[in-house]
Amino acid sequence: MKRYTATGLLAATALAASVGLASAQTTLRIGLAEDPDVLDPTMARTYVGRIVFASLCDKLFDIDEKLNIIPQLALSHETLDDGRTVVIRLRPNVKFHDGETMDAEAVKASLDRHLTMQGSFRRPELAAVDKVEVVDPLTVKLSLKTPFSPLISQLTDRAGMIMSPKAIKEAGDKFGQKPVCAGPYKFVERVPQDRIVVEKFADYWNKDAIHIDRIVYQPIVDSTVRLANLKSGQLDLIERLLATDIKDVRSNPRLKLATVTEIGYQSITINVGKGEPAKGPLGSDPRIRKALELAIDREALNQVVYNGEYTVGNQWVSPENPYYQEKYPVPRRDVAKAKQLIKEAGVATPIVVDFMVPQNPETRQAAEVIQAMAAEAGFDMRIRVVEFATSLKEAEEGRFQAYMLNWSGRPDPDGNLYIFTKTKAPQNYGGYSDPEVDVWLDEARTKSELKERKAIYEKIAGKLLSGEGSLLYLYHRKWLIAHTARLEGLQMRPDGLVRVVGLKAK
Amino acid sequence: MLTVIGKRLVQLVPTLFFVSVLIFSLQQLLPGDPALVMAGEERDPEVIEEIRRRYRLDQPLPIQYFYWIKGVFSGDLGESMRLNVPVLDLILQKLPVTLQLATMAMIIALLIGVTAGVVSAVKKDSWVDYAVNVFSLWGISTPNFWLGIMLIFLFAVTLGWLPASGYVSPLEDWRQSLATTIMPAFVLGNAIAGVIMRHTRSAMLQALQSDYVRTARAKGLEERVVVLKHAMRNALTPVITLGALEFGTLLSGAVLTEQIFTIPGFGKLIVDAVFNRDYAVVQGVVLVTATTYIILNLLADIGYILVNPRLRG
Repeated sequence: MKRYTATGLLAATALAASVGLASAQTTLRIGLAEDPDVLDPTMARTYVGRIVFASLCDKLFDIDEKLNIIPQLALSHETLDDGRTVVIRLRPNVKFHDGETMDAEAVKASLDRHLTMQGSFRRPELAAVDKVEVVDPLTVKLSLKTPFSPLISQLTDRAGMIMSPKAIKEAGDKFGQKPVCAGPYKFVERVPQDRIVVEKFADYWNKDAIHIDRIVYQPIVDSTVRLANLKSGQLDLIERLLATDIKDVRSNPRLKLATVTEIGYQSITINVGKGEPAKGPLGSDPRIRKALELAIDREALNQVVYNGEYTVGNQWVSPENPYYQEKYPVPRRDVAKAKQLIKEAGVATPIVVDFMVPQNPETRQAAEVIQAMAAEAGFDMRIRVVEFATSLKEAEEGRFQAYMLNWSGRPDPDGNLYIFTKTKAPQNYGGYSDPEVDVWLDEARTKSELKERKAIYEKIAGKLLSGEGSLLYLYHRKWLIAHTARLEGLQMRPDGLVRVVGLKAK
Repeated sequence: MLTVIGKRLVQLVPTLFFVSVLIFSLQQLLPGDPALVMAGEERDPEVIEEIRRRYRLDQPLPIQYFYWIKGVFSGDLGESMRLNVPVLDLILQKLPVTLQLATMAMIIALLIGVTAGVVSAVKKDSWVDYAVNVFSLWGISTPNFWLGIMLIFLFAVTLGWLPASGYVSPLEDWRQSLATTIMPAFVLGNAIAGVIMRHTRSAMLQALQSDYVRTARAKGLEERVVVLKHAMRNALTPVITLGALEFGTLLSGAVLTEQIFTIPGFGKLIVDAVFNRDYAVVQGVVLVTATTYIILNLLADIGYILVNPRLRG
């Protein structure tokens, strides 16, 4: 990873030279799959932006590899008052990049900004918070409108990022052009679609764990080119490697692969309640939906499209998750039973289904495999490939019968279920509605014990997984990160972000 | 000549107005909702409503257009929804990059195209002519993305001579800048070289058969002078038009090539903007490109007059 000032034209590393690095500094070059959106924790909304935030902005809490919540800028938290009050104790002696102190006032300023700023994307995540109060310089108290157990897990993401109060006051809604937080690296420059440069923050609270001087994030959309850059040494790490390139990386002694099962899922959303398309056999009869599920061989799908690298699943959390309901294992393919169900329902085959698939080579390939499998049971899945932005609008307006969609996932199971299943919730594209499920979904939010919550989710699973639900969960992707073998200490967590603390170059 | 330029400049105004209306209305035909796309995974109805209000997406089209064009006249092209950065800043940042890439590509195209065209016309029906023709056909028919990826594999991955992608400004380090842009410039130039070669060849063939060339030869001039001074100068007129148009196309951004080599120019800017329905950016970029295109056309006309004095009237 050491970059030395080059003598020849071709030996120079492009960006090292451009930012004028001294020869002994270490630079980590990370290839991103997209260009992040605005780098303002209140306004940001893309997954790729979170990768950059991992070096810039520390959060109150973080997750570990088993999805447990661990402290970061906070030291501990306590839920009081039947879940209506949350008291958070903060880590002392933490500085922001501008030298200001991170304290309870700063936490209040950040949370208040998330809650009140115009255009804030954090407001829905913190909707349960009524007010934020400073108890003492290192303690804040959050009063909730109703008990909301996923709150702490929301604070492991952008809602929990604490920004310098001085900087938010001065920059206002331009904060994202030069973010000032309390993360291990501070912002240096950004050239949209070209690079984001950050450098080591000397006063970071955990500075002994930071071993790399500078990080350059470069968006390279084409995955083949991203990998070529890694192989040629232009990049040291790339995110979102294609499953089909795994072999290539494994056979290269200079590269290493790091993987972890995602917290999200890939699913087929079935329109069960939105307009005319919902009135077809698939949308109106749970038996037909069950038949479709039985027609699909998830393991074969995984083998054919993803070289067997992904994790098959049938629920909104992966089988490795503590909230996975063992009572409902992944069903095996059973075409005979599928045909029987269709017969029982008295529906003529082939059952024509308008299958909307967002444009992406891998998703499309998976859709084709599903199409072939479903055909054996009597379905005619008519694939309609639509560019992603268009597919969102189509989904919102219910112009589909089946829609292949993935969700990047949230650490708390609520984040993978509520907005997709609750009646009229924002991402309930299938128009699913069941008053009982609605009550249970809200109830699960008020409980904080895993056992108690899991018992409530079991009741929901009983309904959704019987064929009644509008989502057919298929598999959980793996976050695939490839990096040079000289890089050590990469910790993979289920959110797939590149955590830079502890990273070392040999 | 000044009247010609003046006339063309006056024509620029209605053309640009028409272009601005066209861009604005055409992009409304794009399916999808910018507010939905912008919300990313956080599709809360309240937040989406707020985006609509903030970017006036809830207003009728003529009003949206009015606000935009009013801004344009005061030098404000609006703000990128995705990056919260003024569009003008983005354009000013990308323009030098695209300009550099386009100029390099054009130099490569002209060097290869004109030389090959002249040589093949002079050596008509010889093996050189055939070879040049095959080469030109190859240039025209090779897809940019394929050639780009092949070059990356050869020069960056296998040989390790050049960086696989990225961009460095010549003001920071001109040698690095050259190293990062030579492959994309070649890919772009190669495709245009083929077209230029074909045009140069046919124009040269015509010129070489004309009376004034025969006269020049009859005067006992050296063949080199006949070809380069008499024939080529006349043959260049169509090549200049073609070159200007191709240069204009290059300036509007070489979408695929920029994507592959991760060159942060106009092409990448506009593709990302279209996919993210970042309307202000699309409008701004298209307006600037259209203006440049029209100006280049004007320059091409001036170019004719300079090489062909008969047009100076």
